[in-house]
Amino acid sequence: MTPETVVSRRGMLVKIGMFFNLIVGGILAVPIVRYLMSPVARGRTGGYLDWLSLGGLDQFPAGQTRLATYRNPIRNGWDGETDDIPCWVRNIDGQKFQVFAINCAHLGCPVRWFPQSNLFMCPCHGGVYYQDGSHASGPPPRGLFQYTYKVEDGKLHIKAGETPTTGSPTASLTDRGPSCG
Amino acid sequence: MRLIGRIGSWFDARLQLGKPLRETAEHAVPRDSASWFYVFGSAALTTFGLQLVTGILLSTVYVPSAGEAWNSLQVLNHDIALGWFIRALHGWGSNFMVTIVLIHMVQVFLFGAYKYPRELTWMLGVMLLLVTLGMAFTGQVLRFDQDAYWGLGIGASIASRVPFVGPWLVNLLLGGPIIAGATLSRFFALHVFLIPGLLIGFVCVHVLLVLTLGVNEWPVPGRIVRRATYLREYHQLTDTKGVPFVPFAVWKDILFSGFVLLSIAACAAFFGPYGPGGPPDPTIIQTAPRPDFYFLWIYAVLAFLPPAAETPLLLTAPVVGIALLLLLPFFAGEGEKSWKRRPIAVFIVLLAAVTLGSFTQLGLHTPWSPVMDAWSSMPIPREYLHGRTALQRRGAIVFQEKQCRNCHSLDGQGGKRGPALDQVAVRLNRDQLVRQVIQGGGNMPAYGKNLSPAEATAVVAFLHTLHPEGQAPARDAAQDVALGADQARTPLR
Repeated sequence: MTPETVVSRRGMLVKIGMFFNLIVGGILAVPIVRYLMSPVARGRTGGYLDWLSLGGLDQFPAGQTRLATYRNPIRNGWDGETDDIPCWVRNIDGQKFQVFAINCAHLGCPVRWFPQSNLFMCPCHGGVYYQDGSHASGPPPRGLFQYTYKVEDGKLHIKAGETPTTGSPTASLTDRGPSCG
Repeated sequence: MRLIGRIGSWFDARLQLGKPLRETAEHAVPRDSASWFYVFGSAALTTFGLQLVTGILLSTVYVPSAGEAWNSLQVLNHDIALGWFIRALHGWGSNFMVTIVLIHMVQVFLFGAYKYPRELTWMLGVMLLLVTLGMAFTGQVLRFDQDAYWGLGIGASIASRVPFVGPWLVNLLLGGPIIAGATLSRFFALHVFLIPGLLIGFVCVHVLLVLTLGVNEWPVPGRIVRRATYLREYHQLTDTKGVPFVPFAVWKDILFSGFVLLSIAACAAFFGPYGPGGPPDPTIIQTAPRPDFYFLWIYAVLAFLPPAAETPLLLTAPVVGIALLLLLPFFAGEGEKSWKRRPIAVFIVLLAAVTLGSFTQLGLHTPWSPVMDAWSSMPIPREYLHGRTALQRRGAIVFQEKQCRNCHSLDGQGGKRGPALDQVAVRLNRDQLVRQVIQGGGNMPAYGKNLSPAEATAVVAFLHTLHPEGQAPARDAAQDVALGADQARTPLR
């Protein structure tokens, strides 16, 4: 045996010790990663979406667009006001509705409704949408996000629970046109 | 005095730190490097020290809970003696830190200090810039107000655009499906533990490298860096023309650091703390969120990128930019150090400064955003109504009521999203005005469905009066011929 290939007893023990720690580290990494990824694991199985009531239909007169608020279904006791999520409800003709996310499809800023000009305008980068949520001008790559809705017992319900973003409009959110749950 | 000396000896006999510390303090630096240009690194470290101290002080009161953070900032501002001042020191400290880190970087770049053998020092410096900006962004989130809330939304929107994993990234970033308590908690962990930990680690190695490799010599045009000879030449320089760092160079560092601290304190006392702005209540939508100063340029860039280019650029530009910075010493690791012989380097710095400066300036004024209350708050200038017909005045009312003013200015007042309309009649004839109003185009929404025919007629009649005195409005000459000049020019007047 040449001197280079000689493995001393202590050298071997050091290697075994390091290998042992590597395995223990690997085992510990599993719960740590699982812990860090918990918001992902939970949300992507559909747990973030729920049917929520926006209140009685009388709050939403036909032909008008009104701001409504719901309390997010996934919440913690220390969330404060951040659980109260606004959205725009458009009552098209008393029968059909459109419920738009408050978040601009560009970068998520809160869009404002102007009934006089029938436009939604975004204060951040000047995105503008028509009353049906379709893109009118500015940088947004698409129209406003829409929630799936249903009318039950004289109340308007939407499927909500997750902030819609350009890259990940949630499953319940459609691109355009009225939708029914 | 002798007692102190004896206590000192007692500790040093055990710690054995006296000798290496003395050697470090007195290590030779090139005489020319003991310059006022070389004080920014130590000043950056000093501001970080201030941030550390004021940050710990703030953490004794601040509550990292979405429900309470804003209230605890109010308590800091108003109820606790000089709480406002500590907040102001921390806020202004961050401004100074970002600025000084940038100046330090520019100085190092222009003086060629990133070249052999200081490549790793430069790369750690780039990492330090990134973690400093990371501190700035997460710090802005901890000031949990409206800007922080919607700023997180912007961050989430950008993260969501990453292909394949975007939706997961958003949940990971926010700690859940929406911006809420979990979001603030994880940004608190980032701002208070993770990023400062990285920062301290990077700073230690960065400073260690400066001490090991020696301070960059003053660049002289014509003195070329070569891998084969540089170390020998540098040691020759420090051996023959070197001076001990303490006290020859350090007094400038100390004085400048003191000046920086005093400036921060003066700004803090004079301008006070940053915010917090409105409470982080998403139902209060009457807000125009804007990031802090250092990120305004990104905010401005996002207004100008065409939609098709936005996502690819957002995702690739930072990676490419950071990679270029990190790899700089590998494609320019040798050669001239003096900026007098490096015109491209000077040009890059100027270009970057002008670009960042212009976008920041634009970010301050946001000309692309509609002025949400212009239609209700800014009157039509009186001279634009004087001597007008009833129809034209009716048009002025429609103009105001339909929020045209939010994007178009009259007499300098109103939105800047669209062109100013004071002389619009000179640019567009009546038919073109009708078409523009009804069909929109050129980034203007179509108003066809939002205006009754009577309203459209009125607003066009009003717009047609907007031309300078003595300059006729634009008209379609072909129509003049076809209809006879008198008929074409007079309707609606």
